[in-house]
Amino acid sequence: MLIRIELDGTVRQVPSGISLAAVLAGLPGRRSASGEPRAALCGMGVCFECRVTVDGQPHQRACQLPVREGMVVQRDV
Amino acid sequence: MTVDVLIIGAGIIGSAVAEACARRGLCVQVLEAGIPAAGTTAAGMGHLVVLDDNPAELALSRDGLARWQARQHALPSQAEYRACGTLWLARDDEEMAEAERKQILLRQHGLDSQLLTADELRRCEPALVNGLAGALRRPDEAVLYPPVASRWLLSQAEALGAVLLRNAEVNCVNDEGEVSLSDGRTLRAANIIVAAGNQSTRLVPGLPLKPRKGQLLITERYPATVHHQLVELGYIRSAHTNDGDSVAFNVQPRATGQLLIGSSRQYNDLDSGLNWPLLQRMLARACEYLPGLLALQALRSWTGFRPATPDKLPLLGRVPGCQRLWLATGHEGLGITTALASGELLADLLCNTRPSLDPHPYDPARFDTWTAATPIQAVEAATC
Repeated sequence: MLIRIELDGTVRQVPSGISLAAVLAGLPGRRSASGEPRAALCGMGVCFECRVTVDGQPHQRACQLPVREGMVVQRDV
Repeated sequence: MTVDVLIIGAGIIGSAVAEACARRGLCVQVLEAGIPAAGTTAAGMGHLVVLDDNPAELALSRDGLARWQARQHALPSQAEYRACGTLWLARDDEEMAEAERKQILLRQHGLDSQLLTADELRRCEPALVNGLAGALRRPDEAVLYPPVASRWLLSQAEALGAVLLRNAEVNCVNDEGEVSLSDGRTLRAANIIVAAGNQSTRLVPGLPLKPRKGQLLITERYPATVHHQLVELGYIRSAHTNDGDSVAFNVQPRATGQLLIGSSRQYNDLDSGLNWPLLQRMLARACEYLPGLLALQALRSWTGFRPATPDKLPLLGRVPGCQRLWLATGHEGLGITTALASGELLADLLCNTRPSLDPHPYDPARFDTWTAATPIQAVEAATC
């Protein structure tokens, strides 16, 4: 089954039941304080590298969040 | 070789004293047992603020702030000097009257400040809780990252010829100008300055100094959540109590966008681990002022120990009864602000020049208990 989420202002259809990190895999993500690219590393909530803003809440770990209908995600790129 | 000045401790006080002495042309050695600036210096918040509990505290912090301001452009960017200004927050009319009193006092000392009404305060810091009475804004105060600022000072001293000896653990000192190291070496100097923070009590028996534990917490990056360093007007009361555990609201916007949250004060707890109930009290206090903190993520929390004297003023000057043995320690929670002022004052005393500030309030001989303990004998007892 497909559900809809909003990613950086664009609506996307994604499979239900997958993690947000899976949606973001391969896409450009967060930048570190010194400007280096960051992406999911551990995939289990420990490294905090996959942080995104979800429904206005910054620093949410994408690997710990299953996708949800209507979820609004900003990658802070 | 006999150097002019041998400084024990490469924290921010030892580094400031080293730099001030080296600038006066003295031959300086600095001894550090561990890592420079890794003790109390690294644990603190790094606020550069004028505190006015008493005239001596005001004089030293005002002078220290002015010296940091004058040198801010020479600091490396990693020192994260940020002239964010301070807001002293008033909860009610009584505290607002305190803010007005503070403004008059600061003005008498040439320090500018503005009173903000409740509406003005809400406009400039919307994250603050509704219902505060107002604030006093000190526009030219700042925050910085102490370990980097401290190491910068030390490097300035080294550029002027000062020499840092690492892994130099001091066993004992005496008034003959001798310093014995744990590796068996004895170093000699015309003057020895103990600037070892809480460790100083090990070298100088009878020192009226007690570790005063503090806890801090830093959040993830939430840029522009707050714009000023925020301090409750009750902070000074918390800083100047002599017993019991206390917390006071103090939040800084760091250059990284992180929020640094304090503060707590605690005697008689030498455990470097976190005290969770007190941390909870500290954060509950912070949430009373900034309710939005509840939704933010903490990144790290840590503890540190302020070297506190009974009157919260530092010990700057000769060990009572001694000629060659000096002290530069006991700055409690204000050592980052006052480091440059303390360095100048001590270097002036060493060189027998008249300091720009009256040195008497900081003279270690002010403590009766100390003089009663026959300090010369006490120091001889530490002779190897």
